[in-house]
Amino acid sequence: MAESIRVLMAKVGLDGHDRGVRVVSRCLRDAGMDVIYTGLHRTPEEVVDAAVQEDVDVLGVSLLSGAHMTAFPRIIKRLEERGVSDIILLGGGVIPDEDVSELKKMGVAEILLQDTPPNVIVDTVRRLVRERGPR
Amino acid sequence: MRVASRDLLPRVLKGEVAAIARLLSRAEAADPECRETLGEIYARAGKSHVIGITGVPGSGKSTMVAVLGRRLREAGHKVGIIAIDPSSPYSGGSIMGDRIRMSELAGDEGVYIRSMATRGALGGMARATLDSVDILDVAGYDYIVIETVGVGQDEVEIASASHTTLVVSAPGLGDEIQAIKAGILEIADVHVVSKSDRPDARGTISDLKQMLALGLSIDASAAWRPPVVATSSLKGEGFEELVAALEKHKAFLEASEAGRARSRKIAEFRMLKTAEDLLRIRFHERSAGLVRGMADRLVSREISPYAAGEQLIEAMGARNP
Repeated sequence: MAESIRVLMAKVGLDGHDRGVRVVSRCLRDAGMDVIYTGLHRTPEEVVDAAVQEDVDVLGVSLLSGAHMTAFPRIIKRLEERGVSDIILLGGGVIPDEDVSELKKMGVAEILLQDTPPNVIVDTVRRLVRERGPR
Repeated sequence: MRVASRDLLPRVLKGEVAAIARLLSRAEAADPECRETLGEIYARAGKSHVIGITGVPGSGKSTMVAVLGRRLREAGHKVGIIAIDPSSPYSGGSIMGDRIRMSELAGDEGVYIRSMATRGALGGMARATLDSVDILDVAGYDYIVIETVGVGQDEVEIASASHTTLVVSAPGLGDEIQAIKAGILEIADVHVVSKSDRPDARGTISDLKQMLALGLSIDASAAWRPPVVATSSLKGEGFEELVAALEKHKAFLEASEAGRARSRKIAEFRMLKTAEDLLRIRFHERSAGLVRGMADRLVSREISPYAAGEQLIEAMGARNP
């Protein structure tokens, strides 16, 4: 059987808005991907550790609380500490444009904002995994 | 940069999480490249005690696994958890949410949790489940818990894959007739009644005990009598009894012929299952080119389903890989 794409979808911090993360999880599932959802109120470190255990291709973090400029640096730091360089980090939610370019500079592969159509999300995940290549 | 599976092995033996994770992925993808390494792992494995947990959806398995996992940690054991969830029969994708209920184990280095989708496998487990058990075994996890998908009434494969099988029942899901029916309840080494904080739990417990008493009057010589343990994951109650029951069953297996019989049963199940998988893969490879034409002949009633099936199987034996 072909290897399917594994994605861990996460919410971090005090952000209870989980409709978006659930819709995205469902889209990815319907595109044939294995999606692991870790639920609300995780710490950045917990999310990264789970992603490493699960050996996911993509770590998708949904943030609607405005905490993205503190959460993503902690996630990136933990990924580095764990010596993991091949997990693709994706961000989503409500994030101002000026922060988007800043986050991409830090190492977030792509930010998918709240008005991104489902097929674009699926295509983006597939493209990034294809570009990374087999591992 | 792809690391060869054989180079992952020494890192797995040291318990390195990223290496374990990668090898689990390859086992799950049935990557032929890792087969030899898995063989080596199999030869070294066999130290862990494997606990299979099954029960209907919503009976409280994941939450119970989280509390049980913590108790086993407190007793000084390293715990591996394989949590299986169903794949979509349509898209092949899955959403696995067992980790949500296991959040209290997050951050504990002595716990390894892996979510696994069934990908069309029946029986409540994924095809790579037992390879995964071996990998966690050689990586140093003392107890390995397999949480099956919430199964119905006769998905009993887990009993042929684990040393101790827990069947979880919850109050409010059936009457005493459910308890005497054939199927899933028969495979339990330990019965767990979860959500025992609910007032109707007492009825479920007594139904189960009565069912077991009926069985004993028929087979009074049974060497192991499955206990019924009531737990409340909400209140954390009943877990001392549960851990004691698990340890008692483990000791029973170690001290009696039953343990060897169990290991043999697991080995036999695994061998047959693997042969089945190999056969299925070979069959699909070799028959793929014939299916369409044969189906056309079937539609026009030129051939019977039985004869068509025979011809597909004959094609598998042909020397044209």
